[in-house]
Parts: sequence; structure tokens; C-alpha cells
Amino acid sequence: MSLHDSQPGPAAVVDARGLRCPLPVIRLAKRAQEAAPGEVIEVWATDPAAEADIPAWCRLRGQEFLGAHGGEHTAYRIRIVG
Amino acid sequence: MANSPSTASRDEPSRAFLDAVSGPLHPVAVQTLLAAVDAGWADPRRLHSEGRTARRLLDQAREVLAVGLGVGPQEVCFAPDGPAGLRLAVDGLLYAGRRRGARLVASAVEHSAVLVPARARAARSGDPAVLGTVPVDNLGRVDADDFADQVRRPGTVVAALQQANAEVGTIQPVAPVRAACRAADVPLVVDAQATLGRLTPPEGYDVLVGDARSWGGPGGVGVLVLPERTRWSLPGAVDPDESLTGPTRHTPWVPLALAAAEAWQQTQSERERDARTAFTLIEELRAAASRVPDVDVVGDPVDRLPHVLTVSALYADGEALVTALDRRGVAVASGSACTSSTLEPSHVLAAMGALTHGNIRVTLPLQAVSPARAEHVRRLAAALPEVVAEVRASLGARAL
Repeated sequence: MSLHDSQPGPAAVVDARGLRCPLPVIRLAKRAQEAAPGEVIEVWATDPAAEADIPAWCRLRGQEFLGAHGGEHTAYRIRIVG
Repeated sequence: MANSPSTASRDEPSRAFLDAVSGPLHPVAVQTLLAAVDAGWADPRRLHSEGRTARRLLDQAREVLAVGLGVGPQEVCFAPDGPAGLRLAVDGLLYAGRRRGARLVASAVEHSAVLVPARARAARSGDPAVLGTVPVDNLGRVDADDFADQVRRPGTVVAALQQANAEVGTIQPVAPVRAACRAADVPLVVDAQATLGRLTPPEGYDVLVGDARSWGGPGGVGVLVLPERTRWSLPGAVDPDESLTGPTRHTPWVPLALAAAEAWQQTQSERERDARTAFTLIEELRAAASRVPDVDVVGDPVDRLPHVLTVSALYADGEALVTALDRRGVAVASGSACTSSTLEPSHVLAAMGALTHGNIRVTLPLQAVSPARAEHVRRLAAALPEVVAEVRASLGARAL
């Protein structure tokens, strides 16, 4: 993770690179259980299904999807609402 | 060979087959197919009596489909299957319209046989505008005004829209889209691969595409309706057998065509009653699935195909769900990435913003094909909560 340590980032990163669906969403949900309202979580994923499933998880769970940016993996940002 | 093994597997009471996209065949069509293998095997181009018999049977099959679809027999053409028919439908309109442009407009949930070649054409031409994709709402439906806006753009020569989506069941607004296409002078392909035999066939189209499997017929019979007014042609030399093969240049094996026509006649007489009971069964299944915690029941609850249901379970994987249900004697499909050959999730679910993992899809067989389908649906409804819980537990996702 050293490559990303220097970047200004959110409070929490879930590294789900190389994991297949539904594991990235499960990791996100587990981390979200510990998160305080207002906290931002960033999920790193390479699974193409995450592109649909992370926004869908936010919709189903009433969390706020902030967006995604790509690169070698995609980073998805989620704000935990409650 | 003894015939008991195949008979036993057909009547096997313990299997609940709820993935009727590719069959099984309507039982009366099975009889017709077997009889036609004896009577209609010859090349219909030949002038001997065996050939003439095959020709007569092929003409009969075409006539049955033409009457059923309310068109002339010369307007009914064949293709190797529905997806191949869809590619032909688009190719023939693109070729006929090549002097006016090369642009195709389609919904984001159209069949891959429309979208994949269109994306390839756009990539090859270096012009992304060659494909106009109309987004869908979270029920999977296009907005007719959005579609109309896309169709009016310059260089548009083909539009394609499903009568209803085969994966999620949502019915599309074909009539207003067709009106917009007519106003813009753009021909519309209506993909009825999921609907023929289940809904009233569409009336407004420039090319209609179907697949005999949707009405209990065999695989290997795609049907195109090319009305005489439609400008449609393929590049290359005219087929010398065009009077037989029609403009699509495809002649099906005569026994298959005859079985397709038989299945059509059987299904049409029962269609409305069959659709009413299927609609109610899917309604029960929707209700049962929505009682399972964190399950996304996808698609329009009312304005939908009578026999299709897709649901996605959060924190579960589609492959494990399909396997666990199969072990309990219930066969279903899935649109999850882990169950596809490409490891990509269903483009339909993704376009709707629906959850793609933990997905299972039910396509009810016709009652005549599967007399015990109501019991099978109830078995799935009963198994679903425990199967979802079992798969979640195996992923360590029990209390999320």
C-alpha cells in the first residue's frame, strides 16, 4: 500500500484488489459496520462487477456513493450516512 | 437403444426446471419433430417426390407462422437462431441505409447480438456516435422521449428495441418508440425473442425477430419478419435459391421448422391462460424473494413478461446459489459475473443500477411443457431463504 500512502485519502481504505464478487462488497460492509456517520471509505477493486455492485450496495443500504476513479484498479468512495 | 432413459429424465418428478430459455420442447412438437424426421428429411430444393414433400412441409411451417404473426408467408424468413436473426436484421438495415449513414440506436439493455457488433463497428470506424445507447431506469425501461431524441440525430439508419427484456421481464414502450422512428424515417427492429408465445405479438415494427424456443419450439429456428415495405438487403450476390431461402439466405432443416410451427399452434391456443397463471406464480415468487433479507427483486412488478423473474441477494455469489439450488433439484440461471463465460456481470443488471452479484434468474416453462411448474415455483420459494443464508454463511457474511 506504500504507493498510496503519500496520497491525500479518506479515513479508511478497503483493499479488495484481486477479489471477485461479492467479496469486495462484503469487505466494504464489514468496514462500514465500524464506521462512524460521516466517515468516508475508499474501496480499491479490480473486479468489473464492483462498478455496478458498490453503487447498488449504497442504494440498498442508504449510504452515499461519492464516485469512482480508475487506474490500475478502481477506487470507489462511499460516505457512511448512518 | 431402449427409450426408457430419455423418458425417465423427461418425467423425473424431483427436478424443478425453471430455466426454460432453451427448452424443453413442447411435447406435441416432439411428436411432430419425430414424424418430420421420417417425412421431411429431404432437400426441399430437389424435384423428386421426397424433395417436394419437404418443400410442402416447409411452406406449411412458414404459412402457420405467417398467419400467427398476421403477415404474408413471403414476409417470413428464417435464421440459424434468434441472435443470428437479430444480427441479420440490423445488418440488412445498415446496408440498405448505407448512403444515409451508419448510426444505430438501441437501448442499454438490448441483446448482446445488437450491442456487441455495434460497439465493434463504432471502435472500427473511430466514431463513437455510430452507436447511440439509450439508458434505462431502475426498472430496466427506456424513456420513449429519450429514445426519440437519439433517433432524430443525423446519420441514424437503424433503431432496435426489445418488446420485453428476457432477463428482467420489463416491457418496453414499443408503440411510442415506433411512432418516433416513423416520424424520423428510421426503421425499427423489434426483438421479440423473449415474448413470442408469452405476449401478444407486436404489430408496429419494420423488422421483427423471434426464436422458436420462446414458444416451446426447437433450437435452431430464428424467425425474421421482413414486411414488403421495409428496405432491407444484404451485401453480396443474390442467392439463386432466393425463392426458397428468402432474403436472409437461410433454409432451416425442415423437421425443425415443422416442429417450430407445431409448437406455435399449440402455444397460441393456450397463450392467454398460460400467461395468466404464470404471472400469478411469478408474483408469488417475487413476494417470497422480497421477504428474504437484503434481496433486491429486479424489474417492473406489473408491466412485465408473465414468466420471468430476476433477484439478487446481497453478500452472496451467483455461482454458489445456482449450485446450492441445483443440489436441491431446482435449476435456475444467473446473470452474475462468476457464472458468465466472460466473468463480466449482466449488462442488463448493470445498466439498471441493480446488484449484479448473488443473482438468480427464473424463466418459467409453459404449463404444457412442465405440468408441475406451480409446485416447482413453490419449491424454489421455500428453498430460497435457506440457500441464501447458507451461501452467505460460507462467505463469512452472516450478520452484515
